[in-house]
Amino acid sequence: MTRALALLLVVASGAASADTLSDVRAAKTLRWGADAQGGAPYVFQDPMDPNRLVGFEVDLAQLLAKKLGVQARPVPGQWDKLLELLARGDFDVAINGLEVAEEKKRVCRLSRPYLEVPERLTIRRGDGQAPRTLEALAQRTVGTLPGSMAARIAERAQAQVKTYLGGQDEIYADLKLGRIDAVLLDAPVARYYGDIDPAFETVDADFGSVRYAVALRSDDEALAQAVDQALGELIADGSLRAIYERWGVWSPQTAALFGDTRPPSTEPAVEFERWRAAVGHLPPFLERVRTRYPQVLPLFLRGAGLTLLVSVCAMVLAIALGVTLAFSRRYGPAPVRWLAAAYIEFFRGTPLLVQLTLVYFGLPELDVRLSPFVAGVVALGLNYAAAEAENYRAGLESVARGQLEAAQVLGLSRWQTLRFVVGPQALRISIPPMTNDFIALLKDSSLVSVVTLTELTTTYTTLANSMRDHLGLGALVALLYLLLGLPFALLAQRVEAYFGRHLKRGEA
Amino acid sequence: MSLSVRALVRQYPGNPEPTLKGLSFDLPAGTLTALLGRSGAGKSTLLRCVLGLEPFEQGSILVDGVEVPGTAASTPAARELALRQARAKLGLVFQSYELFPHLSVLDNCTLAPMKVQGLGRAKAEEKARALLVQLGLEHRIAAWPEQLSGGQKQRVAIARALAMEPRVLLYDEPTSALDPSLKAEVLQTLKRVDATGVTQVVVTHDLQLARGVEHVCVLDHGQVIESGPPGEVLVAPKHESTRTLLKSWLDEG
Repeated sequence: MTRALALLLVVASGAASADTLSDVRAAKTLRWGADAQGGAPYVFQDPMDPNRLVGFEVDLAQLLAKKLGVQARPVPGQWDKLLELLARGDFDVAINGLEVAEEKKRVCRLSRPYLEVPERLTIRRGDGQAPRTLEALAQRTVGTLPGSMAARIAERAQAQVKTYLGGQDEIYADLKLGRIDAVLLDAPVARYYGDIDPAFETVDADFGSVRYAVALRSDDEALAQAVDQALGELIADGSLRAIYERWGVWSPQTAALFGDTRPPSTEPAVEFERWRAAVGHLPPFLERVRTRYPQVLPLFLRGAGLTLLVSVCAMVLAIALGVTLAFSRRYGPAPVRWLAAAYIEFFRGTPLLVQLTLVYFGLPELDVRLSPFVAGVVALGLNYAAAEAENYRAGLESVARGQLEAAQVLGLSRWQTLRFVVGPQALRISIPPMTNDFIALLKDSSLVSVVTLTELTTTYTTLANSMRDHLGLGALVALLYLLLGLPFALLAQRVEAYFGRHLKRGEA
Repeated sequence: MSLSVRALVRQYPGNPEPTLKGLSFDLPAGTLTALLGRSGAGKSTLLRCVLGLEPFEQGSILVDGVEVPGTAASTPAARELALRQARAKLGLVFQSYELFPHLSVLDNCTLAPMKVQGLGRAKAEEKARALLVQLGLEHRIAAWPEQLSGGQKQRVAIARALAMEPRVLLYDEPTSALDPSLKAEVLQTLKRVDATGVTQVVVTHDLQLARGVEHVCVLDHGQVIESGPPGEVLVAPKHESTRTLLKSWLDEG
């Protein structure tokens, strides 16, 4: 029993093993981490068929896995958390536009670079004030991705750097709205989000370049060598170049990096053209409702299902723990009361996101490795237990002392008094705030995306970036949240009416 | 003796003087007694001590031969057990009734018999119905407490206590929360219960009620200063304090 529980709680991860390469071969699967929200053309949901993950790195990961004789399996993770998730053992490698930089080598190991691309500056077409050179960036507001080479270049040029965690589409949307003066990003991004929009112009100037590499855990010597060897073979036989040309991300810098002297291809970049056709012009809303949204519905429903499952499990934990805490705080001896009060103050006084990160990334340092689902449920449950405890305490305190004494004098035990006298009366008081909390929990469960769970909100932000449709999909996701919460609100009303039926005035 | 209190001392922490100062009295089985005294005389404290809702420092309380534990009990668990044994012999009608608002009149009277005595629902309901009918509540059996008048609530509280078949039934100020016109009705109810042979103790400062009972104990400054039939104690009190007390009550109206 205990062992089964331990198995359930602990992810069978490669982090525990010293030799990931044999694990990968044994599982016949290379788990590679990436953020689909990062968008095109790296790893993203095909706007024409959102159930499919596409991108030049998807193709690269598949070729790489094939060279290792295994299957590639993408694992979602927030882009700025990829290296932490890698260290934690949630996947074997990370492939997602991770730049070669000295400071990364302290936390992970990098393969040989698989692509080098120039940085590109995008501005509003016809903006006479727009910066066009590196020097002109000084004091101007420049949008880019956090922790990127582009961000560092812009900072060095003394620009006002504004970084976006949401996704690339949002950076260019802000540029169009005039909230920023320019976007400095890697050429593939500039091409897929800037070049396809006639409102933008990409400046033809040198802003430096950046190399991407596969990230591995520092001690994965064998896997690192295998990856390097595989990349070398893919470079030598031209298959990497073929991928890059299809996606339109091949660059002179990469040619130099690979020592490839063949002239550039004259073939059109088919995948880029496909993308441009899909998102270059957003169809009108009603047409999207008819043609596109039915496709995304299964993804949304899966996200909603996970949201609901996480929330219900967390609420069950919160209720059980909350009841215990409330009783401890109201009826326990002094030390127990203090402990319960301390728990409540700690968990409602610190941000949920901090607690979630602590549970998922902090506990592994103490050798407690929870699966994403369990970590999400535990963190949410522990946090909401504090709120529930206070709800129940309010309910318990609403029951007059005389009721307890009446039950005592009648000979009811403590437990019977709680069960038959205090409980039902307290519950009626506690139900409205409890319903409130559950609906808040449904929404707060979106935070579990930091532990790689693709729930409803993440599904939305990812899709909105790959389909470049924030408004329509946003309305759809809002509707889904409402539909998730409503049944519980209605149920709570009925339960409350049941427990309050003695309050209806009038003759019986 | 049905209720026997010996040299009872209760001192609240922080109070310079004890509230009960070696109080003693005996009540024979089946009597209807009024415990009289001005507010602050220690009536409520005595009641709470008898019910074990409050500990006492010295003396003893015997209910139908069962000892109510004071502070001297060896462990909390032992005290709890002794309390349950004593409470099985005791009933209380609270001043504010303390009916369970979420239970119907009938369920108020069946809860404890079912959960504590382990009676089946049918048995418990049969007993409760008989008591409610006896107290003139046959038309309110399915009502919620909230729907009852004060007098009806009180009679439900009495039925609820009687359903546990106590040997001693205590009342805390039964007339204070009621309309004066209902006082006669309360006495009538007490007499009806008296006919069943239960020992009744009514804590009150209501002279009119006290005149109607069989036995009166007068409390003053934490001690019983006088006791006897109301015809003696209330008509020709021996003690100076009783006279003062009676005079002040008569002046009040």
